[in-house]
Amino acid sequence: VTSTRPLTPRVRSIMLSVSGWEGHLAGQHVDVRLTAEDGYQASRSYSIASAPEAAHLELIVERLEDGEVSSYLCDELRVGDRLELRGPVGGYFVWKASLGSPLLLVAGGSGIAPLMAMIRHRHAASNQVPVRLLYSSRSPEDAIYRDELDSMSSADAAFEVIHTFTRSQPPGWTGYRRRVDVDMLREVAWPKSQEALAYICGPTLFVESVADGLVTLGYPSERVRTERFGPTGV
Amino acid sequence: MDSASMKLDGNALAGLLREIFSLEMTMARVTCGGCSKTGYLGGLPAYVQAPGAVIRCPACDIAMMRIVHDNGHYWLDCRGTRSFQISKA
Repeated sequence: VTSTRPLTPRVRSIMLSVSGWEGHLAGQHVDVRLTAEDGYQASRSYSIASAPEAAHLELIVERLEDGEVSSYLCDELRVGDRLELRGPVGGYFVWKASLGSPLLLVAGGSGIAPLMAMIRHRHAASNQVPVRLLYSSRSPEDAIYRDELDSMSSADAAFEVIHTFTRSQPPGWTGYRRRVDVDMLREVAWPKSQEALAYICGPTLFVESVADGLVTLGYPSERVRTERFGPTGV
Repeated sequence: MDSASMKLDGNALAGLLREIFSLEMTMARVTCGGCSKTGYLGGLPAYVQAPGAVIRCPACDIAMMRIVHDNGHYWLDCRGTRSFQISKA
């Protein structure tokens, strides 16, 4: 662990330096395994938020109520501690800058993590594929990487960020203030004629409803990649 | 939590599959043994509650793969899968 910092009141960033790391693809995850003194083990998957080009590996961890792994990682972990990782793994929810099609990214809460790796990868590779990110958060304070996303999009006409704040909004907010639904997707998503690739990440029910919405709008299900976040590990 | 909100993607099993197989399995094309629907393993519904992991067919809901691991053994039951098409790279 090289550093940690709070990103929101419930989410922490953990920067890691990994010996023998052979690199990852944007969208992959690692499994973090903790072993207690009595030998009890618990393992959870965390998406990598850093670009493949970055010097350190960044994971973001949301503190879950009763989360035995997330509470340790958020509250107890210190710089210099060592973690046991398995990975990088996962070839399905992966985007490479060479893929080409317009990208539609839809994130719910900490589901931004693997999408952030894609956005940072595109930026680092000076790739000009048009990207729209629809990002659902409870409030502006809960929107992870909001400053970084907004500054990247203001400097890049091909990268649009659309926020929806479902519980509380900043003063004077004129944007979306509800959960993602088909009407919102119809306004935000690339028309199906553009043959966009969609990546959706967030809590299971969020992902399910967005994926169904995109299929309703005519996206072939093979062009809609999903990554559901759950509280358990294997 | 109800079972609908415990559903993940096959991609969540990537680390476990990587321990068993030498090739990347989440991009394998699998064919359901029940209804013949095909899909990427990484995109199929997965349930990972202890004691094991189950991959189901999104169309007919049959259990395509069951994986249990404990005490240095992996138990792999694939009777619900007709075939795996696995790419070398």
